[in-house]
Amino acid sequence: MNIFVILKRTFDTEEKIQIENSEIVDDGAEFIINPYDEYAIEEAIQLREEHGGEVTLITVGDEESEKQLRTGLAMGADKAVLIENEEIEDGDPFSTEALLGAYFQEKEIDIILGGNVAVDGGSGQVGPRLAEKLGINHVSSIVKIEIENGKATIERDVEGDQVTVEVSLPILVTAQQGLNEPRYPSLPGIMKAKKKPLEELDLDDLDLEEEDVEGKTKTVDRYLPPEKKAGKILEGDLDDQVKELVSLLKSEAKVI
Amino acid sequence: MDFTFTKEQEMIREMVRDFANKEIAPIAEEIDRTERFPIESFKRMGELGLLGIPFPEEYGGSGGDTISYILAVEEIGKACGSTGLSYAAAVSLGASPIYYFGTEEQKEKYLVPLAKGESLGAFGLTEPNAGSDAGGTRTKAVLSSDHYLINGEKCWITNASFARTVIVTALNGTDDRGKKKISAFIVPTDCNGLTIRSEYEKMGVRGSNTTEIVLEDVKVPKENLLGDPSKGFGQFLYTLDGGRISIAALAVGIGKAAYEAALAYSKERKQFGKYIGSFQAIQFKLADMAMELELAQNMVYKAAWLKDEGKPFKREAAFAKLFASEAAMRICNQAIQIHGGYGYMREYHVERFLRDAKLLEIGEGTSEIQRMVIAREIGCPK
Ligand SMILES: Cc1cc2nc3c(=O)[nH]c(=O)nc-3n(C[C@H](O)[C@H](O)[C@H](O)COP(=O)(O)OP(=O)(O)OC[C@H]3O[C@@H](n4cnc5c(N)ncnc54)[C@H](O)[C@@H]3O)c2cc1C
Repeated sequence: MNIFVILKRTFDTEEKIQIENSEIVDDGAEFIINPYDEYAIEEAIQLREEHGGEVTLITVGDEESEKQLRTGLAMGADKAVLIENEEIEDGDPFSTEALLGAYFQEKEIDIILGGNVAVDGGSGQVGPRLAEKLGINHVSSIVKIEIENGKATIERDVEGDQVTVEVSLPILVTAQQGLNEPRYPSLPGIMKAKKKPLEELDLDDLDLEEEDVEGKTKTVDRYLPPEKKAGKILEGDLDDQVKELVSLLKSEAKVI
Repeated sequence: MDFTFTKEQEMIREMVRDFANKEIAPIAEEIDRTERFPIESFKRMGELGLLGIPFPEEYGGSGGDTISYILAVEEIGKACGSTGLSYAAAVSLGASPIYYFGTEEQKEKYLVPLAKGESLGAFGLTEPNAGSDAGGTRTKAVLSSDHYLINGEKCWITNASFARTVIVTALNGTDDRGKKKISAFIVPTDCNGLTIRSEYEKMGVRGSNTTEIVLEDVKVPKENLLGDPSKGFGQFLYTLDGGRISIAALAVGIGKAAYEAALAYSKERKQFGKYIGSFQAIQFKLADMAMELELAQNMVYKAAWLKDEGKPFKREAAFAKLFASEAAMRICNQAIQIHGGYGYMREYHVERFLRDAKLLEIGEGTSEIQRMVIAREIGCPK
């Protein structure tokens, strides 16, 4: 099987995020593989272990993304492609779709796996957009997949419930938490990853002009959610507490 | 000068950190309380290739460098001092001498299972009457035709209950000038006459396996002699130099755990209507901790780098071990102070960090011995 994984380097949202002049300050931030994309890599490797074939990782990003690709290779993927987007101004999910679309144009695809959403931008658009562009089926938020005779049986998460769908290949799927438990890259894996092929492509290589990939959206502002204020603990007689709570919900919180 | 790690080093550090956070840190308190050796952690570490980081693939290793290994010790030690000590002892003391000084057959037979984590490495040097003064070794090996007969007693040997083979040092005749020779032998733990007990009740690193080894007419084949007997004990001092870098890394890991706990606590605990971290007295403690950690880390990484470059590192390893272990004690002590009464309670972990860190001023050469090594290295008169 020709298995592809699209993945993104993101900052670790478990760390403290700082914003200055509407820009995220990323010096000092820790960078990781987008956690949902890790599920995609793990599933890709498991599919290859079961059906044979090759796992190719693709990311759109800057030079630094090589590290995340190498980590995926260390987990067990076979090769990687870094599509550089440094020269693109105001890139957005459309730009990523355009770049990936160009890359996949001439590829034989059985399955493309990605994350359900990237924890930084949070658009959740790149996967479905790419499938649309390539004219193939897509299923988002998957928690289970089995492939047999060119057909995939997939369980997808729908607001906490599960729906089972059957789709014919080629498909694009995006991974939801619960799909699997990603493996750690082993030490020999890390050392071997150094020698696995990693191809770097730019606009020219993909026969694209800057206009073809310019973002369609504009970021107007970026800000952190307001800081949570300390809670209030009511005291006294239970009945009084209820009365006070109701009046506070009306007058202070203004929710009822 | 370049202070950046390679991609592989960073990936190894992140992988180990991730693994240690998820699988080692959660049981650290339990194994300390119950004095249980976490064999399951070592099985996982074996599968992930952590026990073979600095050895080539042909011997079952991962083909990494000393720096990668040191980063792994730091991360594991940060999650759990007991696991960190057994890990460092397995690789630096148990497996490394076979890699440095073993014959091809010895490496095939004994290093491969250690590097793959099928067995744990142990190195028995210390005896009840020979600690800092290894020259006072009394354990004796006598050659008779095709085997050695070994008699003696070793104490406080890490990991031996979980080892298929232990390396023990023993007197092995005298050299041309009539000086006592000390050699090392690879002793299978299922030999007749070999008894391993782990009955010590320890102050810290309580989850690490610490054993007493008694050898009574233990018969090992002649080919189990490790290293070149004419090169003498110096070979094993080289092993200890390497081990010191890993003990220093362990000190950095434990110190970091204590510092991070103290910094977090200083932002949570309020007294006099303010976070205690806003008091200058607490801030200065935290500033000192951060500085000492950074200095210790730099010394540890430099010593590891020198070793990787094939340059002399004896003095730097002693600097690193001495400074990092003493800094870790200061840091853990202040971390408890910052926690106040809570810090004195098991539940807050920092008291364990202090108990674990204390070992690092003693094992693999006490602080006094490190100062003696440094004094010799800088040319003080005899
Ligand atoms: C938990 C644990 C694990 C260990 N694991 C191992 C292991 O795996 N393998 C192994 O071989 N050993 C191991 N050891 C032993 C350890 O290496 C020794 O305890 C250490 O080398 C010190 O020896 P000693 O305890 O006999 O102290 P001593 O040598 O008796 O020292 C007592 C005190 O005297 C000081 N002193 C000694 N000589 C001098 C001098 N010339 N000048 C100034 N001061 C001096 C020392 O610094 C120390 O303060 C372990 C010990 C512990 C506690």
